[in-house]
Amino acid sequence: MSMLVLEDVHTHYGKIEALHGVSVEVNKGEIVSLIGANGAGKTTLLMTVCGMPQASSGRIMLEGRDITHAPTAQIMRSGLAIVPEGRRIFSGLTVEENLHMGGFFNSKSEIRKAQDHVYDLFPRLKERETQRAGTMSGGEQQMLAIGRALMSNPHMMILDEPSLGLAPLIIKQIFEIIGHLRDEGITVFLVEQNAHQALHLADRGYVLETGKIRLHDTGKNLLENPDVQNAYLGG
Amino acid sequence: MTANNYRHALFCAVVTLIISFPILGLNLEAKGVKITLTGAQTSTYIAIALAAVAVFVFQAFRDSFMGVLGKLPNLNPLAGREPMEQSKRVKLESWILTGIVVFALFWPFLVSRGSVDLATLVLIYIMLALGLNVVVGLAGLLDLGYVAFYAVGAYTFALLSQYTGISFWMALPIGALLAGVTGMILGFPVLRLRGDYLAIVTLGFGEIIRILLNNWTSLTGGPNGIGGIPEPTLFGMEFGRRVKEEGNTSFHETFGIAYSGEHKVIFLYLIALVLAVITALIIRRFMRMPVGRAWEALREDEIAARSLGLSRTAVKLSAFTIGAFFAGFAGTVFASKQGFISPESFVFLESAIILAIVVLGGMGSQLGVILAAIAVTILPELAREFSEYRMLIFGAAMVLMMVWRPQGLLPVRRIQITLKKQE
Repeated sequence: MSMLVLEDVHTHYGKIEALHGVSVEVNKGEIVSLIGANGAGKTTLLMTVCGMPQASSGRIMLEGRDITHAPTAQIMRSGLAIVPEGRRIFSGLTVEENLHMGGFFNSKSEIRKAQDHVYDLFPRLKERETQRAGTMSGGEQQMLAIGRALMSNPHMMILDEPSLGLAPLIIKQIFEIIGHLRDEGITVFLVEQNAHQALHLADRGYVLETGKIRLHDTGKNLLENPDVQNAYLGG
Repeated sequence: MTANNYRHALFCAVVTLIISFPILGLNLEAKGVKITLTGAQTSTYIAIALAAVAVFVFQAFRDSFMGVLGKLPNLNPLAGREPMEQSKRVKLESWILTGIVVFALFWPFLVSRGSVDLATLVLIYIMLALGLNVVVGLAGLLDLGYVAFYAVGAYTFALLSQYTGISFWMALPIGALLAGVTGMILGFPVLRLRGDYLAIVTLGFGEIIRILLNNWTSLTGGPNGIGGIPEPTLFGMEFGRRVKEEGNTSFHETFGIAYSGEHKVIFLYLIALVLAVITALIIRRFMRMPVGRAWEALREDEIAARSLGLSRTAVKLSAFTIGAFFAGFAGTVFASKQGFISPESFVFLESAIILAIVVLGGMGSQLGVILAAIAVTILPELAREFSEYRMLIFGAAMVLMMVWRPQGLLPVRRIQITLKKQE
């Protein structure tokens, strides 16, 4: 069963084509990693899934529904959650309020349940419940960003560079949590520059180069692939 | 003290001379049909020279001056206090607000007619500032054409009363709704823009409305304005000496008291007070509702807010519409208070003043905005004896305020929303 399917997606910024026909498939319950260098179009691919910008041609299906031309707000309310690049938490709001924003369209009892769940996953956030989110460390903010995305009880979560700017120990924790999310049945689409860890965790992986999918294989095979090792794993 | 410092100080002194000499040292005098240029008195030249020396000395020893200033003990007695607990703070705030309102209810019976009239104007500005606070302070949309909605409200009442003889109480909701609809219509194309671009477009919109009112002479009377706007009535009782409209009675006859012009002024004041309180309460309610949090989220981080499924257009549009609605509210009261309106009342300066109130009060803070509205309206009146210098004083006060307290009079302390724990 596929969760998210991209079929020959082209995306333009104005006249410039950033994605030249990308096809990606993410199955239910999988962790799929997308790796690639700076400027390969990783973030563009994610943003296209979210409908901003919308794909200029091709098709995007989420849980069997065509979302190619759906407005962003609608896509984001249909079981998909994203942890945006650079965390983008609401720094003026408290940790708890940030989480509540994540469950904006859910009932109070659902929010309460989801909040308890997030605190179970990240006990650190519970300690900081009433603290302004902007005053926390980078790692804590990343936890909050993931927690906030979890608040809407998503079926699928997209993470854009969750390891960006974090200490190795924190990165390890974050990746453990991502593995845990899969065990809970959440499908994960992970975009990373930290190719080694991302592929290690992933069931399958895609390599994106200048707007095209160059390779696609299981995570293990990609790790052993000499081309990938040369280009992304430091030889 | 480096040479660089002296060079800078010398430069500043020269600039002072260049600026002040033509302004203060030269006078234009009209003699018959000719205008001649004459020099000022010697004392003026001495004053200019002294000012230049003062600027030079200050700039040259600026660092040491500032160092001494920095060592002064903090004059604020509350500087080191701990922040108050939220529940206490909320209680205290509502007590203060209730106190202010109760005081405001009795106050007009104790003071002169002129003060009450001024206070009515203050209340109108409070309504406007509270409305703009939603747009700028909460939703973070810089709106420089806010006065347009104020004009829509005022002109709605003026035109409807002229053509259909509508009463104030009927016009109040219509004016507000129409302003709200205008806000919504404007909002659709404009809210895709952000920051500076939005500011420029709203600025343009404010001007369009004003110029439209000015030039559509057949409907609006153009620069001549519209007069004879009726005053509000109290259950069909009029406040004039003689009853203007059939079927109405007059206030002083009904209650068997002597006619006094003050009744009308106080009544208008009380209406403005009630409407201002209603405005404050409604907006307070909105701030605590999900839509209020959505405004804040969108202001804090638009991409994050959208990633959570919030619709950018819907959230921004709601803020814009609600802000415009209350501007229309205030506009109707204004039209009724003045009895005459013209495009002159809705110039850009008005928008700027309302924006200044919001910024001075502390963006997003209701109590702060109310205090700032009082200060900004009354300060120029108090400084009336300085006549031509009063706007200068007003401007200086604003500059100093922004230097020393950029967060505003009473910076917003957000109400933290927590979910009750389930037993």
